[in-house]
Amino acid sequence: MLEQLEGSQAVARAVGMCRPEVIAAYPISPQTHIVEALSDMVRTSDIDPCEYMMVESEFAAMSACIGASAAGARAYTATASQGLLFMAEALYNASGLGLPIVMTLANRAIGAPINIWNDHSDSMSQRDSGWIQLFAETNQEAVDLHIQAFRLAEELSLPVMVCMDGFILTHAFEQVDLPSQDQVDDFLPSFKPRQMLDPAEPMTIGAMVGPEAFTEVKYLMHAKQLQALDAIPEIAADFTEGFGRESGGLVRSYRADDAETIVVALGSVLGTIEDVIDELREQGVKIGALAIKCFRPWPIDEVREALVDADRVIVIEKAFAVGAGGIVGQNVRLALSGCEPTVFDIVAGLGGRPITRKSLRSLFDEVFEGNIEPNRLHFLDLKKDVVEREIGRTENGRNPGPHAENILRDIGTVASDSH
Amino acid sequence: MAEQQIKGYQTGTFVVGNRLLDPEQRSTQARTERSNTLTSGHRACQGCGEALGARYTLDAAMRATDGKLVAANATGCLEVFSTPYPESSWQLPWIHSLFGNAPAVAAGVAAALKAKGREDVRVVGQAGDGGTVDIGFACLSGMFERNDDVLFVCYDNEGYMNTGVQRSGATPPAARTANTKPVGPEPGNVFGQGKNVPLIALAHEIPYVATATVAEPRDLEEKVERAMELRGARYIHVFVPCPLGWGSASEDTIRLARLVKETGIFPVFEAEKGEVTSVSKIRRHVPVTEYLKLQRRFAHLFKPELNTGVIERLQAGADRNIERFDLLADDEGAEFPGEATDQAGPPESEPGRPVEPDADSDVSSLLRETHGKPR
Ligand SMILES: Cc1ncc(C[n+]2csc(CCOP(=O)(O)OP(=O)(O)O)c2C)c(N)n1
Ligand code: SF4
Ligand SMILES: [Mg+2]
Repeated sequence: MLEQLEGSQAVARAVGMCRPEVIAAYPISPQTHIVEALSDMVRTSDIDPCEYMMVESEFAAMSACIGASAAGARAYTATASQGLLFMAEALYNASGLGLPIVMTLANRAIGAPINIWNDHSDSMSQRDSGWIQLFAETNQEAVDLHIQAFRLAEELSLPVMVCMDGFILTHAFEQVDLPSQDQVDDFLPSFKPRQMLDPAEPMTIGAMVGPEAFTEVKYLMHAKQLQALDAIPEIAADFTEGFGRESGGLVRSYRADDAETIVVALGSVLGTIEDVIDELREQGVKIGALAIKCFRPWPIDEVREALVDADRVIVIEKAFAVGAGGIVGQNVRLALSGCEPTVFDIVAGLGGRPITRKSLRSLFDEVFEGNIEPNRLHFLDLKKDVVEREIGRTENGRNPGPHAENILRDIGTVASDSH
Repeated sequence: MAEQQIKGYQTGTFVVGNRLLDPEQRSTQARTERSNTLTSGHRACQGCGEALGARYTLDAAMRATDGKLVAANATGCLEVFSTPYPESSWQLPWIHSLFGNAPAVAAGVAAALKAKGREDVRVVGQAGDGGTVDIGFACLSGMFERNDDVLFVCYDNEGYMNTGVQRSGATPPAARTANTKPVGPEPGNVFGQGKNVPLIALAHEIPYVATATVAEPRDLEEKVERAMELRGARYIHVFVPCPLGWGSASEDTIRLARLVKETGIFPVFEAEKGEVTSVSKIRRHVPVTEYLKLQRRFAHLFKPELNTGVIERLQAGADRNIERFDLLADDEGAEFPGEATDQAGPPESEPGRPVEPDADSDVSSLLRETHGKPR
């Protein structure tokens, strides 16, 4: 049914229809509206049976999900940013134990400096944690991906993270087609755990493993992620059959058939990118886009196939590897190794800086004019004068003080946000 | 078979031999149907108090729950010695996740069981002192505050044994560990404020808190049974000597667990909903030196000369416990001088008063006696 809903409410409703049995969560912007709504739904028995655990930290949230999942319950949590980092140790544990927990990540920047706005540095920081990472472009897709995520997680016995852009999606009111409970029930069978803490069949989970078998256990984690490369499109196709719309999958191409330039991105920014592509197409520029829907496992073959015929690939990403360069860019180059296209690494939208059509237009012009060096990190809309003044202060003063505060004073802004 | 005299001080306590008890009151460990929850073949050191503590606790909990029990274990000696892949000593469903999250994992298991309508299955969380009082402390307090239906058991061997005997928040002052060596002006662990997690648990006013030692398995079992009669967050803190980490003889594990109570260093009590309901009285009060001298981690207090200053401070701590918890029995040790002893001599001073440490004793012969055995 079509409804005008906030993204967080829509996701909460979708998660509720997936019948989680244990929800453990700790509040952090911009995830709060999701877990508040779920807490209401558990209190009013709209989700039943379900235990909602008001834990004391994200570390406890993930740990409680680990216990619940190992005891055979469908377990769910949601977090963002600092919360994801606070979970880090437990994230690796959940994936190492092969527990099919589903988590929403309301993508937000990581401090310092503390910042509550959107970018992808949180999910990228945990890209190698063994979790599957799916990225939603719209709130409709966020809803649909959660329903698919539980099925994917439980089929493969692997944890799945559904990433949606904080504020941009979580707090946006849009029309969303929410499925019926029957539709979800038909699509998502009840959870049959691969391993379970059960007194009728006592099992040791989480034993110590030494050099004689650790490689094999880790190999199987990798192999299961590669299996997911088959399972994700299958589940997406099944979803289309049951719900009548396309959602999810590994990658999605936009006007890329004859494209000489292909822009690669993840998440909600693709909407803006596609608008710019439409404008450029009208002017006869052969440009298209590739949406990465699944970042882990990395769909290396699909990405290569989608990009190999282009002349240049512009990767626009909302995170970067400090001191190294682009993250998605590195993965794209891996997919294209030995192939023609030149790859440009653009980091944009950090800490909530808007990625505007105007900026994208001038970026693409600069690339076409050969003003941007390939294979080197380029910061979109970097305020070079501000950076240079701060570098000057650092060189001159003996005790110049913290960068962030100097820069704020410099540009005359006083930040006052709630965290 | 030689006749064995039953020591008078044992009657009326849970230490009493099974022969005198009604079969129904027999200790779990003395029953043929004992579940051997932590079964033989694990890799604990000889005389490991933690292995004993876990076995007593879980066998009693298994009996109390008719075998419907799940355990969540923190990283530490107990986890490592019990599950060298692909072997496992656990005969119950058991999960190990991380060092600092056992209370949260256990709470998650309990939540799952509740959602599934399987509240007949009960949950135990367990960790060493490090996993409880230090790195797992936030998760523990959260679990208490929510009153999750979990019995959490801390096996306190007063240090991070699994990583090679470093200091924890439960390591006593003056103790030598790998990172509190007897070097510098303040040898051994510093005198801090202490971190009495049983009392902190009590302050959460959870349904049940108890302390116990492996010297009195029947008392421990009784406490586990009581804990399993209740729902909500429950906590048992078990004192478990560690021969390897303490430099004590393997055969002294039980002796040390008894002496820690008899000195007043470790008060053994029980509490419900924030009120102390019972205290195990000291049966024969002994000075702290009786306890300290059996452990090489305290050897620097006796050699090269007696460190009376530090010993007095440790004695003062024990005395404070005795007063605070009212640990002395009115007739403590009085009736059976010479019999009510374990190994050390009977109290020489008047009944009810601790024996003063003998400052003139020959320290080197004392050390030879207690620490010189080949092992
Ligand atoms: C996050 C983390 N930090 C440190 C360690 C290393 N570590 C493993 S066990 C342990 C000490 C365990 O001490 P305790 O809980 O007292 O158990 P014991 O081994 O003494 O029984 C430490 C420091 C770890 N596994 N994880
Ligand atoms: S080091 Fe201590 S706690 Fe660990 S197995 Fe040995 S005796 Fe037990
Ligand atoms: Mg310890």
